[in-house]
Amino acid sequence: MTLSRPAKWAFGLMAMVCLAFIYVPLVVVVINSFNASQVFSWPPQGFTTEWWHAALTNPGARSAALSSVLIAGAATLFALVMGSLVAFALGRYSFFGRQTVSLLIILPLALPGIVTALALRTAFKPWLGTSWEWFGVAVGPTVIAAHATFCIVVIYNNVIARLRRMGTSPEEASMDLGAGVFTTFRLVTFPLIRPALVAGAVLAFGLSFDEIVVTLFTAPADVTTLPIWIFQSLFRPNQGPVVNVVAALLVLISVIPVYLSQKLSGDPGHAGGRM
Amino acid sequence: MPEATQVSSTADAADAAVAVALRGLTKSFGDVVAVDGVDLDIYDGEFLTLLGPSGSGKTTVLRMIAGFEMPSGGRIELSGRDVTRQAPFERDVNTVFQDYALFPHMSVLQNVEYGLRVKKVAKGERRQRALEALASVQLAGFEERKPSQMSGGQRQRVALARALVNRPSVLLLDEPLGALDLKLREQMQVELKELQRQVGITFVFVTHDQEEALTMSDRIAVFNEGRIEQVGTPAEVYERPTTAFVAGFVGTSNLLQGSAAEKVLGHTGVVSVRPEKIRMVNVLDSPAEGEHSVVGVVRDVVYVGAATRFVVDLEGGGYLVSLQQNVETSSMEVMGMRGRQVRLVWSRDHEFRVADVT
Repeated sequence: MTLSRPAKWAFGLMAMVCLAFIYVPLVVVVINSFNASQVFSWPPQGFTTEWWHAALTNPGARSAALSSVLIAGAATLFALVMGSLVAFALGRYSFFGRQTVSLLIILPLALPGIVTALALRTAFKPWLGTSWEWFGVAVGPTVIAAHATFCIVVIYNNVIARLRRMGTSPEEASMDLGAGVFTTFRLVTFPLIRPALVAGAVLAFGLSFDEIVVTLFTAPADVTTLPIWIFQSLFRPNQGPVVNVVAALLVLISVIPVYLSQKLSGDPGHAGGRM
Repeated sequence: MPEATQVSSTADAADAAVAVALRGLTKSFGDVVAVDGVDLDIYDGEFLTLLGPSGSGKTTVLRMIAGFEMPSGGRIELSGRDVTRQAPFERDVNTVFQDYALFPHMSVLQNVEYGLRVKKVAKGERRQRALEALASVQLAGFEERKPSQMSGGQRQRVALARALVNRPSVLLLDEPLGALDLKLREQMQVELKELQRQVGITFVFVTHDQEEALTMSDRIAVFNEGRIEQVGTPAEVYERPTTAFVAGFVGTSNLLQGSAAEKVLGHTGVVSVRPEKIRMVNVLDSPAEGEHSVVGVVRDVVYVGAATRFVVDLEGGGYLVSLQQNVETSSMEVMGMRGRQVRLVWSRDHEFRVADVT
């Protein structure tokens, strides 16, 4: 399609406005993390790395970050196993009620977070006080289980899409050439779905890492994930700049998984992981 | 519908060992009967084609021989051994898939080596055999390519090499040329046939393309609605179709039936005459001894270069197609035939009674 010059400018401008709308607030956060002022202020009053130093040595922030990583990691691992098993069951076998099961698995992603959170809190009531200590920080099994409910959806979606796209013929070809069921899985099926697993895992990890609603409802009192820490710190005096630093760090860190999932998922030429 | 003929027609076939035997083979998917009692002997070293329209059950039969589908009834024997309940990896057959089904994450060499690798053939030997197989399909030098970097025709050859390297007793081919363009398809038909002669492996080939079947096969089994209508050499199937379906599917449907047939034959029935066996002459000419003729009006003239197809509406109803070589005529002349009254003449030896299905 050829566009006239004014149309090109108009479209360019619209794209710029759209991008600015998304990214200006993020840039403000990053700039503010170097802002000499104690409070959120504009324009910046001077450059300082004091807050970065404070944040990186803040024990609360550090243990919250570790707690988030552990919880997201555990939830992702659990979801990887469950999500792919379900995807194989629904993608490779037809049985009565398959459509219903498929819908029930995807549903949690569409439900309002607050409803899920409330339901899980009620269901997990007897175990809400339980927390485990991993690597010196408190980790709640209830939080892991709660996060896994939506992580499973992400993994499931990625794997089943991949299974549908590749069809059954590579596996049939493998068995036709003399490979048994396990050899076929090891040499053909697994290598072919691996990109979907990685993309799904990265997305699931990201979802769990910045989850706050479900976490607030299901976390034991001594478990503080990074989003909860940020949320609590906002109301404490003098923590504003440190929160900015943590937020700025998260922006930088979250670019990596998005890039990875785009890069790793699927065939060349195909767009990245599906949500 | 007549019983499917199962009698072999090739001269030496009776002596050859049976490579694949199908006995009362049946397959239903829910309420749909895809394969309905197929009996067939496929002989060692022959090129047998399962020919039929889509949905006729030919691919399902192939998939049951490979072991991808479990029969609902009946038996499959490979070299006299019952394999009906065996898994694909327990059978000495290999398949060339319609979509090739190459492993996208492996190189061409790894694809071809796969069968030997899972059978634990020593590395040196399997490399040697894989290279030979690739050379036999003119793909030497492509070892390190990925399937995605190759054309359709090349992938097709990789799929062939990957199957043949295992030296199976039977090679199953599921419409392997379907995705190729016409020129390449014709070239591959010749190469495939040549390759089959060289390796001497039994080929079971599925296609819906009657020309492909006639070109390549030693014998053809014509499928319709889950049953075999006729088994025979290409010449037998083409020249002596036993049912109206075979007459119509293999070649142009050219049936003389109803009152037009009665007028010619003197009794009711359906006969089939191939278009190229029908001469078109002046209405006033009378047929010679041993010939049949009908009078009709040329409805349509289709100029196809080397020949011309005339569609002639018959006096007694119905129509016949006559194919005339353009030996001395030009396109201008043949086009002028439209609307003319003509007489169609053919030798009685070239007409065949077929079972009436209507």
